[in-house]
Amino acid sequence: MYDWPILSVVTFLPVVGALLIVLMIRGDDEVAQRNARWVALWATLVTFLISLLLLFGFDPSSTDFQFQENRAWLGDIAAYRMGVDGISMPFVLLTTLLMPMCILASWESIHVRVKEYMICFLALETLMIGTFSSLDLLQFYIFFEGGLIPMFLIIGIWGGKRRIYATFKFFLYTLAGSVLMMLAIMAMYWQAGTTDIRVLLTHGFPAGMQTWLWLAFFASFAVKMPMWPVHTWLPDAHVEAPTAGSVILAGILLKMGGYGFLRFSIPMFPDASLYFAPLVYTLSVVAIIYTSLVALMQEDIKKLIAYSSVAHMGFVTMGIFTMTQEGIQGAVFQMVSHGFVSGALFLCVGVVYDRMHTREIAAYGGLVHRMPVYATFFMVFTMANVGLPGTSGFIGEFLTMLAAFGRNSWVAFFAATGVIFSAAYALWLYRRVIFGPLEKESLKDILDVNRRELASLVPLLFFTILFGVWPGPILEACNVAVQAIVSRADVAAGVAKAAALALY
Amino acid sequence: MTFSLAALGPALPEILLALAALFLVLFGAIAGAKSVDTVNGLALAALFAALVLVLLGPSEPVALFGGSFQVDAYGRFLKVLTLLGSGGALAMSVDWLKIEKQSRFEFAVLILLSTLGMMMLISAGDLIALYMGLELMSLSLYVIAANNRDSVRSTEAGLKYFVLGALSSGMLLYGASLIYGFTGSVNFAKIAAAAQEPSLGLIFGIVFMFAGLAFKVSAVPFHMWTPDVYEGAPTPVTAFFGAAPKVAAIAVFVRFSLEALPNVAHQWQQIVVFISLASMVLGAFAAIGQKNLKRLMAYSSIGHMGYALVGLAAGTEEGVRGVLVYMTVYMAMTLGTFACILSMRRKDGMVENYDELAGLARTSPVKAFMLAALMFSLAGIPPLAGFLAKYYVFLAAIQAGLYTLAVVGVLASVVGAFYYLRIVKVMYFDEPATPFEPMPAELKAVLAVSGLFILLLFVYPAPLLAAAGVAARALF
Repeated sequence: MYDWPILSVVTFLPVVGALLIVLMIRGDDEVAQRNARWVALWATLVTFLISLLLLFGFDPSSTDFQFQENRAWLGDIAAYRMGVDGISMPFVLLTTLLMPMCILASWESIHVRVKEYMICFLALETLMIGTFSSLDLLQFYIFFEGGLIPMFLIIGIWGGKRRIYATFKFFLYTLAGSVLMMLAIMAMYWQAGTTDIRVLLTHGFPAGMQTWLWLAFFASFAVKMPMWPVHTWLPDAHVEAPTAGSVILAGILLKMGGYGFLRFSIPMFPDASLYFAPLVYTLSVVAIIYTSLVALMQEDIKKLIAYSSVAHMGFVTMGIFTMTQEGIQGAVFQMVSHGFVSGALFLCVGVVYDRMHTREIAAYGGLVHRMPVYATFFMVFTMANVGLPGTSGFIGEFLTMLAAFGRNSWVAFFAATGVIFSAAYALWLYRRVIFGPLEKESLKDILDVNRRELASLVPLLFFTILFGVWPGPILEACNVAVQAIVSRADVAAGVAKAAALALY
Repeated sequence: MTFSLAALGPALPEILLALAALFLVLFGAIAGAKSVDTVNGLALAALFAALVLVLLGPSEPVALFGGSFQVDAYGRFLKVLTLLGSGGALAMSVDWLKIEKQSRFEFAVLILLSTLGMMMLISAGDLIALYMGLELMSLSLYVIAANNRDSVRSTEAGLKYFVLGALSSGMLLYGASLIYGFTGSVNFAKIAAAAQEPSLGLIFGIVFMFAGLAFKVSAVPFHMWTPDVYEGAPTPVTAFFGAAPKVAAIAVFVRFSLEALPNVAHQWQQIVVFISLASMVLGAFAAIGQKNLKRLMAYSSIGHMGYALVGLAAGTEEGVRGVLVYMTVYMAMTLGTFACILSMRRKDGMVENYDELAGLARTSPVKAFMLAALMFSLAGIPPLAGFLAKYYVFLAAIQAGLYTLAVVGVLASVVGAFYYLRIVKVMYFDEPATPFEPMPAELKAVLAVSGLFILLLFVYPAPLLAAAGVAARALF
């Protein structure tokens, strides 16, 4: 499409920005801090603008990976391979879109070690984009795991009171899941002779091996996703992370799990996916209901949103493992939408946290009197989180539940009760924070959102509504790629059915 | 048999080191205490010259002294590594010893002698040469461990190392004699030809040999000496112990196993699997409780030897390549980490506890960044070199079907990650303590080279991988 390696540029531009900060900016005074912020903002903005070229050059009707790049790298073991298709493309754009907002959200709230902070975020952006655009399994793993290092530092240095505990838990949980995937990658290499994802997609692993490989990948993605019962790192990490860290965590890092299921588990191990689908349904439904109930009882706003994230990711895993067109498209949509909505909710929490330095729900109440604009934003995002029709949250939940209903109506039934619970906790949160009398002394002179905060909230609001009424762009982008996955799963299901019939 | 001096050409690096050591000991003895700087400089020059000679050595495999001494690509790779390790350690120790008033000209001479032993060990083609190289290396190491002869801890470390080392040498010798008795030869190739079937005597011999070798690489269950010796010896000596001798010991372990015992591989494979597993697990768990960085590095090195042995357990060419890549990366990480530990000096002397690193990221950001990279690399987090190293050894293990070993190994690496992360945490998350004295130039240089190697290996790993591949092929 373009005669220059656009994907590599998008991927590595943030790191170039980070290098600029390292090399150009000396000292730690006001000027240095301001320069670091501006360099980071420009780096992320330029990355976003270039990534828009991806959108314009993308051909949604092609099943092939696009903007491909191939270079020698690790000899016979792995090569440098880049490319995106309809599934990875939305995530690349989501990443590049959320990053400038994260930088803006940290503009004033981060005032110690600003340089290091910006370097961490820029490095993280490179690693995230690389994860979504790798076409080599080992390269994917390196990007996927490498993201732990900056995130570990972000939570650990700029986090809240229990940041050390939270960041160690985050790191070790994720690492423990991922090392097993590393072994599976090696086994796949010896079986197929390559780590090229394009070849592996058509390789067809023996059924017995698929089970083990699936489990190893599941260990990693289930932790990352996170699925019940390995979700416990997420509330801790979310609560302790700085606002921008939470946004990235909820908006993008969680999506890596879902992306992994879509890219590897389902198309590469279709037999095992079919076999384990009931397990995933069960875990998803438990996640949806259980974490919604837990969310009801939270006293910390961030923790509540974190638990609601786990519930929403339950819809994603449920949708993915229906292995139907609607289910998977719904899951992709839900992930993108959740990227906007949960990111925005964490930004909203950040807005009041910057003013009040507490996340206790009980410390707020009656904000609508002093902050009408804020209340409006918060309302739209809360409604989107609940899945109100007309917001992007609805489409994903509807499609995944529709698909689940086709597979197993009980799964859909329990998932639907989860929607009710989500309305309960979200509306109750909204009531306690925004409505009611403005009684607390400390809140009496709180200021409404300023322009910088608007700059990051308005685009998210726009996309939340836009994709709520016009879901076409995302669904069309991933349509063909999802069809390819579904047909592969259908073949596996057909073989399984034929085998079952042959037994009788 | 006619003898010509020219035939000794391939052994030139070793001959050079031997002559240099003899000359320097004479020179030092005659010139007295003030000659320390000259001796150190000349010793470094000798190591460098040996390095050049090794690199210029014959491209075809050559055997000297009736097959006792082999010069091949495998040996060349490891000798380069050993010489770099010795040179790095010697360079780091010069100033440190001077400040601590432990400077003696014998130190450099002993380093040369033990390096000579290591190189003979790497090239050993029969059991006698193996034993000779091992003893030359070990005897020098015992003395260096006790270099600070006025300190109880240092002399205790030296004595402990000597007693246990002598015991392990005895076991090794006993095993060697059994193998000789049951195969009729001391030459590796002839042992391989004779040892087609595992007889009871041969197995006994193998077990004793492996016990001795496991002691030298400090693998569990023969690791007990490591923490005490690491802690007791002067820090530059510990850096030296961590780097070069480990490389040489692993080298001979691999060469002996694969050249002398390829036909009874399934016998010794079980032993290697066990010691590798045990080392990885013990290294991961035992280091958690350590406060002293040198002790922590001792347990860490035990764990890392376990990972390196994973490659040997596979017993394939890929496995050997994995071991070679692992040892290269391990050596860089060890030297870099010890460069940091050596620079933990306050006005009132050295400190060794990891708490003392508190807030290093703010007092000296570059050093903290490098040390953090080394720690993440030791933990095996991508994209750093430590990850690639682990990847290669486990790749070989998976190919060989050693699934249990691989699964336990990677899970142990998660446990191990905890204590490496804790060091990062202390440096980055805690409030700064009193800054250290400025870092001397030679430590800066070692830290910069090893840190950049660790950080950037993944960008262009092809040369290292190619060299390791060629070296591994030489054994098959």
